[in-house]
Amino acid sequence: MSIPNKPPAIGGFIPRDRSWQPDALTPGYKTSVKRSPQAALLSFPTTLSEETSPILGHQMLGELDNDLIHNFAQPGESAIGPRIVVHGRVLDENGRGIPNTLVEFWQANAGGRYRHKKETYLAALDPNFGGCGRTITGEDGSYEFRTIMPGPYPWPNGMNDWRPAHIHFSIFGHGFAQRLITQMYFQGDPLIPLCPIVGVLKSQEAIDALTAPLDMNRTVPMDSLAYKFDMVLRGRRQTYFENRKEGM
Amino acid sequence: MTQPLKYLKESPSQTAGPYVHIGCTPNFTGIEIYGGDLGTSMKRGPVKGQEITIKGTVFDGMGAALKDAMVEIWQPDAAGLFPSANETRGQADPNFTGWGRSPGDMDTGEFIFETVKPGAVPWPDGRMQAPHITAWVVARGINIGLHTRIYFEDEAEANAADPILTRLEHQSRVPTLLAKSEGDNVYRFDVWLQGPNETIFFDI
Ligand SMILES: [Fe+2]
Repeated sequence: MSIPNKPPAIGGFIPRDRSWQPDALTPGYKTSVKRSPQAALLSFPTTLSEETSPILGHQMLGELDNDLIHNFAQPGESAIGPRIVVHGRVLDENGRGIPNTLVEFWQANAGGRYRHKKETYLAALDPNFGGCGRTITGEDGSYEFRTIMPGPYPWPNGMNDWRPAHIHFSIFGHGFAQRLITQMYFQGDPLIPLCPIVGVLKSQEAIDALTAPLDMNRTVPMDSLAYKFDMVLRGRRQTYFENRKEGM
Repeated sequence: MTQPLKYLKESPSQTAGPYVHIGCTPNFTGIEIYGGDLGTSMKRGPVKGQEITIKGTVFDGMGAALKDAMVEIWQPDAAGLFPSANETRGQADPNFTGWGRSPGDMDTGEFIFETVKPGAVPWPDGRMQAPHITAWVVARGINIGLHTRIYFEDEAEANAADPILTRLEHQSRVPTLLAKSEGDNVYRFDVWLQGPNETIFFDI
């Protein structure tokens, strides 16, 4: 096979590192026991079905979609809790920013209570806090939103399990193979090492990858603290070879 | 020593949790901040091709229906073209989004998509794959989103030539990937997370 003397083309997505990602069956997180597939996953190279993704663009965003302090609040009011900015970049494994991709986030209020009819925690609802927001990354993959610090909350698993403060994220990327849901934790939270959901992660390095540091450079003086949270989606191979002639 | 490779690691996945609907389909939970929930409708106007409904339920290893799951689907239009920025083979049906998201029914957990029967898309070597829809399932208790594919039981000829379906070691599991016609352009595709009918999930 000859190698063309030109820049490499973009290939399919780099396989997901299953030794790094959590397993499906993690008995410490009890709900996973009956919700985890037991057969081996079927592996094959990505095809167009996984290398394309929907168009979800800037024009759908509302002015307050990335401001959880105000997007559910009555006019002139705001959500209760420590005011924070969360910002960072969505990157691929090659370190390139992923522009124009939808990022959705949701969280409990400052007391650790979600606005949901199945939520049973006794902490009070905040009438001015809905708990969700969304934005679209800029040309360099950057994103930013404003919210309040979520509270920790107890959950039914062990007799006395508590979630550390966290924000849930849903990210698209540019191929459906990149689709990811994860959670962001906060630097210094003593509940992180105690949580069975954090416990599905396989290494301290993986926990660190989901723990946002305080970022004084992005605080707003007399207004908001800031946390920086980068997210990494799968990257695509670069290849000289049109090595797909033999099917699998 | 060598130069460091410096590739980044993919962010570790975490469960979508019990309140994924707050973040992804807030209107469904009564939080009406956005105009509507994304992915509720896959059509912006009249679409080309055979319009179909896909219904299904996600079951756990005890046979109980999940009521806190979220299912997304992604597919080409009736001509096999994706409404995506990465589609280079032509222009997809402008009235078709290709992407649907369903929180499932509040009481039964049944998800539902009003879509079109997808056209065939080539395998990397140029052979045609059988018509299929990519599906992705997240929920409390699922640590990393589960990818599968919805093929169609009534596409027997295309299925018999499909590069993936023909390659499966356990051919008895192929039916777990087939949407079954219930007539009137309605198809059923149930997802079994575990058990004797466990759906085939993909490492893709
Ligand atoms: Fe949560």
